[in-house]
Amino acid sequence: MSAIYVLWLRQLKRYFRSRSRVIGSIGQPLMFLLALGFGFGPVYQKAGGGSYLQFLAPGIISMGILFSAVFSGMEIIWDRQFGFLKETLVAPVSRFKIILGRILGGATVALIQGIMVFAICTIVGFRVERIILIPVALVFMFLIAVFCAAIGTAIASVLEDMQGFQLIMNFLIMPLFFFSNALFPLEGLPKALRLIIHLNPLSYGIDGLRGVLTHRFLFGFGFDFLILGIVSVILVGIGSYLFSLIQI
Amino acid sequence: MIDVRDLTKNFGDFCAVNRVSFSVPKGIIFGFLGPNGAGKTTTIKMLTTTLKPSAGTMSVDGHDPVFQQHAVRRTFGIVFQDPSLDDELTAFENMELHGVLYGVASPKRRERIKRLLQFVELWDRQGDFVKHFSGGMKRRLEIARALLHEPKILFLDEPTLGLDPQTRNHIWSYIKNLRTEQNVTVFFTTHYMEEADRVADELAVIDHGKIVAEGSPQSLKEMAKTQPLEDAFIALTGHAIRDEEASVTDRMRLGRKIWRRR
Repeated sequence: MSAIYVLWLRQLKRYFRSRSRVIGSIGQPLMFLLALGFGFGPVYQKAGGGSYLQFLAPGIISMGILFSAVFSGMEIIWDRQFGFLKETLVAPVSRFKIILGRILGGATVALIQGIMVFAICTIVGFRVERIILIPVALVFMFLIAVFCAAIGTAIASVLEDMQGFQLIMNFLIMPLFFFSNALFPLEGLPKALRLIIHLNPLSYGIDGLRGVLTHRFLFGFGFDFLILGIVSVILVGIGSYLFSLIQI
Repeated sequence: MIDVRDLTKNFGDFCAVNRVSFSVPKGIIFGFLGPNGAGKTTTIKMLTTTLKPSAGTMSVDGHDPVFQQHAVRRTFGIVFQDPSLDDELTAFENMELHGVLYGVASPKRRERIKRLLQFVELWDRQGDFVKHFSGGMKRRLEIARALLHEPKILFLDEPTLGLDPQTRNHIWSYIKNLRTEQNVTVFFTTHYMEEADRVADELAVIDHGKIVAEGSPQSLKEMAKTQPLEDAFIALTGHAIRDEEASVTDRMRLGRKIWRRR
């Protein structure tokens, strides 16, 4: 337990000590929120969808979590290059505990990041329907964060350096975000796109968060929670398996 | 303390360590010498559970590094060839993290961190970030860290590589004191011969993955019929520069990396 805690704490310390990282990772979601939210707002309204910002905000919060959690997960690559990884690998601690500490640490960092994006959303006009449900929303955000941090750690366990990073970014992380229900509703979409979105686990996280915050569910609360939970557990399993294969 | 029989490691068809056998008695300072790419680090990696051997048996304080990883990991401390500290943490935090990972209980942990940081003369810098440390300070901190959980064996892989003579001298004086103060067996690799001559009780010389000589520094010199250990070393391992050998290894490792990525 304490090994998990100390690795979790390390991630948080590193995060809070790097102010540029704290501010830098808000930039991207902020841009999406302002440009898309206000840019497409009028069209969306005319088409009878209501407030686009209300629809978009949970997607942008999830986006903030997605990117920051994957990055945190991929810190393993840096640790490998700067040598710290060896220190944890020769310690008498099971690889599962190490990976769990790292995933939880990365997920917590991402959750904090998500909360900051959430705050910005409310500042620019996003309204939460039922304030009481915010703790439930936080649970969903944390689950999304665990899911994404596990993806990051799994990838980082396989990659040996940062050269493959661009590849992962463009062919995994970006599609995960764009082919989800983050930016647009599913009504009237081509069948193939609908199918992809349904197969994307992140969609269920976004749907759950959006449902809790604005009362607009597509798949339903229980189903979202179930899918996201199961996928997270599976990915943590895959991540720790891949991590256990690392030899230095 | 350490027993190795017919230890072998192949990377593809390159044999990095070839049927190596040696043993290290308890409480001595054991030097493992060899030119670049001779198999020193590969041997340490296998002894310290991070690399699986292709064949052969090992015993570290009575435990098998392949099948009893946790038991083995508790018995040793290691200073790697390259730094392995977290630069974004302070010296104290690096020590603390290590202590928690190794399950050293809190009051004792603090006391030992203080003692060891004083031992390597870093106590007054304990709150500084490691990224501001010089190479020598980092190495000293790593030695202190490796001793925190009271290991029975200390592995040092090229502990003085790239350091100035003053720092090297300093580090060896710590290591010589270790035996009396901390009661550990020391296993180190180096290719600075005069250092090995000065500190080691026993030496083994490895070349092309094979042990070519074993014994006290004195006996090695007698064996090679030369005076400085450096000359004995060259007499034993030949004059050829080892860039060629090393790059074969590197190419093999690189090949493996590319393979694994696919």
